[in-house]
Amino acid sequence: MTDINPTTALTAKDFASNQEPKWCPGCGDHAVLQQIKSVLPELGVASENIAFVSGIGCSSRLPYYMATYGIHGIHGRALPMATGLKAARPDLSVWVATGDGDALSIGGNHFIHTLRRNPDLNIVLFNNEIYGLTKGQYSPTSKLGLRTVTSPAGVIDHPFNPASLAIGSGGTFFARAFDKDGKFLRSILLRAAQHRGTSLVEIYQNCPIFNNAAWDAFANADIKAENTIYLEQQKPLLFGKDQKKGIRLDGFKPIVVDLEKSGVSTADLWIHDETDINKASILARFADTDPDSEGALPRPIGVLYAEDRVTYEDALTEQVRDAQKNGAGTLAELLKGDNSYVIK
Amino acid sequence: MTDSKTTTKTVNVTSKASVSVLFAGDSGDGMQLTGTQFANTVAVRGSELNTFPNFPSEIRAPAGTISGVSGFQLQFGSKPVYTPGALFDVMIAMNSAALKANLKNLHQGGIIIAGTDGFDEKNLKLAGYPEGVNPLEDGSLSNYTVFPVPVQQLTREALKDSGLSSREVDRCKNMFILGLLYWLYNLPYEGTVEMLQSKFSKKPLIADANIKAVKAGYYFGDETEIFANIGRFDIPPEKEHGTYRRVTGNEAAAIALAAAAKKSGLELFLGSYPITPATEILQNLAKMKKWGAKTFQAEDEIAGICSSIGAAFGGALAATNTSGPGLALKTEALGLAVIMEIPLVVINVQRGGPSTGLPTKPEQSDLFMAMYGRHGEAPLPVVAASSPVDCFYTTYEAARLAVEHMTPVICLTDGYLALSSEPWAVESPDNLAEIKPRIHAARKPEDPPYLPYKRDENLVRSWAIPGTKGLEHRIGGLEKQNETGNVSHDPDNHELMTKLRAEKIARIADTIPLQTLDNGAEKGDLLVLGWGSSYGAIKTAVDQAIEKGYSVAHAHLRYINPFPKNLRQILGNYKQVLIPENNNGQLVHIIRDTFLIEPVGFSKVKGLPFNEMEILAKITDLIKEL
Repeated sequence: MTDINPTTALTAKDFASNQEPKWCPGCGDHAVLQQIKSVLPELGVASENIAFVSGIGCSSRLPYYMATYGIHGIHGRALPMATGLKAARPDLSVWVATGDGDALSIGGNHFIHTLRRNPDLNIVLFNNEIYGLTKGQYSPTSKLGLRTVTSPAGVIDHPFNPASLAIGSGGTFFARAFDKDGKFLRSILLRAAQHRGTSLVEIYQNCPIFNNAAWDAFANADIKAENTIYLEQQKPLLFGKDQKKGIRLDGFKPIVVDLEKSGVSTADLWIHDETDINKASILARFADTDPDSEGALPRPIGVLYAEDRVTYEDALTEQVRDAQKNGAGTLAELLKGDNSYVIK
Repeated sequence: MTDSKTTTKTVNVTSKASVSVLFAGDSGDGMQLTGTQFANTVAVRGSELNTFPNFPSEIRAPAGTISGVSGFQLQFGSKPVYTPGALFDVMIAMNSAALKANLKNLHQGGIIIAGTDGFDEKNLKLAGYPEGVNPLEDGSLSNYTVFPVPVQQLTREALKDSGLSSREVDRCKNMFILGLLYWLYNLPYEGTVEMLQSKFSKKPLIADANIKAVKAGYYFGDETEIFANIGRFDIPPEKEHGTYRRVTGNEAAAIALAAAAKKSGLELFLGSYPITPATEILQNLAKMKKWGAKTFQAEDEIAGICSSIGAAFGGALAATNTSGPGLALKTEALGLAVIMEIPLVVINVQRGGPSTGLPTKPEQSDLFMAMYGRHGEAPLPVVAASSPVDCFYTTYEAARLAVEHMTPVICLTDGYLALSSEPWAVESPDNLAEIKPRIHAARKPEDPPYLPYKRDENLVRSWAIPGTKGLEHRIGGLEKQNETGNVSHDPDNHELMTKLRAEKIARIADTIPLQTLDNGAEKGDLLVLGWGSSYGAIKTAVDQAIEKGYSVAHAHLRYINPFPKNLRQILGNYKQVLIPENNNGQLVHIIRDTFLIEPVGFSKVKGLPFNEMEILAKITDLIKEL
C-alpha cells in the first residue's frame, strides 16, 4: 500500500495477493488472472474499493489471489452475494469469478435473475465445459457425446448456450474472449468493467487435465481464422484467412459468403450493431453450430450485446432517496409509528 | 356525526373484567377486518388486548365448508391479558360451518350470535350437517345462549337505497355484525366510521354503505328485544396513561431491525423470499425506506440469505427472514456465515412441519434445526421471542448479539406471535441498548499487516469493511488459518478454529442477563420452564395455580444458546421441571442433555398454540403426584 494516487501509480503487481495460485500448470485460469490484474490499474479504483466474489470451483479460487476485498463463498451463490454487496455498497467495484458449473448449473437460478436485475457487477465466466475441481464430470456446457466419468457412453444433456441464456434473461452486456488471446481478453475485460450494469464475459478457458483442447477449433493458430469472427462495432462481419469471408443476413438467417467467389461486396454484409438485441440474439445462436458441421457459422468473439439500462442499486438508492426527500426518519418516529394512540 | 354512546337506550350494563370473542365466518366474509376493527376500537379506548387470527392457507377455500372457515379471536380486559382466551365467551358464527368448527372452544353457557342466513339448507349441507338438521333449531345448543340474527337480510334492508349491487350490499354484512358487537360491549363506532371513510375515500358509495351497515347493526342491538335478558356489557378500560400502538409480532420484528440499524449507525439490508407466515416482515421493511431500510426480494431462500451475507461483508446490518422450509434451504449459507464470522440476523417464523406442513399454523418445532441444523461444528446464538411485543425486544437483541459478537444469530418466533397483536407502550429511543459494531479502523502503511481472525477478549474478530484502506482481505467457506485467515488444511489449526468458534459463542453467556423468574417463589415444588409463544398460556396458568395455593413458578427463556449462566441453579431449586412445547419435546432434550436432569415434557403438536387450561391441568396433575 502506498499513499500515492492509485489512479496513476498502481500496476498489476499491486493487485496480486501474497497467495500463490494453486491451479494446475497450463490451466487457462492463470492467464485470465493475469489479465484481470492488468486491467484493474486502468480503472482508477483503489484496491480497497474493489471486491471479488466467487462460489466454488477452480475459477472461484480467484479472489484469494487478488489484493482486494474478497469472498470465496459457497457453490453457485456468488451472484446473490455480489448483488447484496453491491446493493448495500454501490460505491464498490464488484467482480464475480465463476465457472460453467457454478454459474449455469447449481447457480443457474441466480444467474438468470441477476442478469434481469442488472446490478453493476462484472461477471467473468470461465467456461471450460467440464467440472475440474471435482475431477472431470460433464458440465451444463459440455458438448453432446462427450465421454466423461459420469457420461461414459457420452453426454445426452443438451448443453446451455450461455450467450442465448444471458440475452434471454435480460442481460445488458455479453462478450466472449479466449484465455489464450491475452491482449484481446484484456480489451474485453476493460469494456466489461466500463459497462454500467451486469457485464458477462464468457471466457473460453482450457482445462488441460479433464477437457484438453475443447476450444482448439477456435484457438489454434492454423484454423482459428476460419472458425472465429471478431466483432467490431459498425463494421461488417468478416472472417477467414485474409478476411475474405463474410456473413450476410437473408431475412433472419445468417449465411456465410465467400467474397471472392460469390461476388457479394462488404457493403452487403451484416454490419455489427451491439445495441441491436435482435441481431445479438442471432449472433448468440452461432454458438449452436459445431465448427466441423456443414454450413457451420464462425464463433463470434468480442461484444455481442451491450445495452444501457438502469442498474438495480441505482433504482434502489433512488427509492430510498425519494422516501427521504423530506428528511430521513428518526428512531423516535420509527418507534412511534403512524397508528399510535394516547390513553389519557 | 351521531355519538354512539349518548343515543343508546338505557339497558342493563354489566361490568366484566375480561371477555374473549371469536369472529368466525367464511373466508370471504371479512372476519379478519371485522376482528381487527374491533381490536383497534378496544385498544384505543384503553383496554388490555390480545388477538389471534386463524385462517386457512388457501386464499379462497371452498365457500361454506369447514376448511373455508376464517376466525379472529381476541380477548380484552381491564387487567393485562396474555392470551386470546382458552375458550371464548362469545362466538359470532356467520355460517353453520363456522359454528361447527369452533363450538368446542366456546364456554358452556357462552353466547352465540348466529347469522341465520348462513344456516340455510345449502350452508348446512356444506358444513356437513345431516339432512334436516339445523343446530339452531334442534335444541343441541341448549347449553348456550343463542341469538339468531338474520344479518344478511337486515343488511339488505338497511342498504336498499344504497345504489349498490346486491353482491356489494352483501359484502357489508360484516360491518353490521361489528356494529352489533359495539353495542353489546358498550363501545363507540366512530373510529370504524373514520377508518371506512379513509379506506374508501375514492369510493364514497361503498364507504357510505359500510358506515350505514355499522350503524344499522349498532341500532339493531338498541332496538331489538332479543338481548333484553342479558343486556349490555362493559369492560372498563384501565390502561395506564401513555402513548401506545398495537403491533403484531411480524410488525414488531421489522421495527426492531430498522431500530437496531439506526441505533448502531449501520444501514439495514434485508434479503428475503416471501414465505408464510414470515412475509410481513419483508413487507413492513419494504415500507421503511424513510429509515434507510434496503429490502431485496430474492429469487429464492438461498439468494435471500446469500445477498445478506454479501451486504454484511459490505458493512450493513444484514438480516433475512423465513419460516421452516426456508430455513432448511438456508442451512449451507448459515454455515458460511458462521465460518466467515460476520453479523447476520435470521428470523425464523416457525410453522407446522415437516415439509410444507401447516403453512398458516404455529409450531415450535424448528428448535433443533436452529440449534444444530448445519453441517460441521457450527454453533450460533439462538434466541426466542415470547409475545408479539417481545418480538421487538428479542429481534433487537438478536441484532445486538450479531453485531457485537460477529456471528449469525437465529431469532425464533412463530406463526402465532407473527399474526397476534397486543398494545405496546411506545418505546423511547434512549431505552434501547447501545449496539457497538467492532469496525476496524483504516491501516497505515507502517502498521503491521491486518489479521482478519485476530480476536478480542470475547474471541470476537473485527469487522473490516470494504472501502477501508489497508484492510483488504479475502475470506470464505474454506477453513482458515488462525489470525491470518489464509486457507489452511492443517489438522491442528482446524481443531483450534473449531474450538475457538464454539468458545466464542459460549462466552456470550458472560454478557447476557441472568435468567429471571416470571412468576412464583425462588424455591418450590414445580418450575414451568417455557420458551417462545407459550408465554401467555403458561403465565396465565401459573397465575391461576399460585392462586390455588400450589408451589409453582414460571421461568421463560429468551436465550436458548447459550443459556443464561444461572439456569442450572434455578432448575435445581424445584422438585420438578415441566417444559410445555408445541413440538415433540425438543427443549426437553436440550435441557436434559445440558444439565443432566429429568424434566417432564408436555407436548402439543396440533398447529395450535397452548391454552392456559391445558397447562393448568398438567400443573395440577404434576403437583398431585409430587
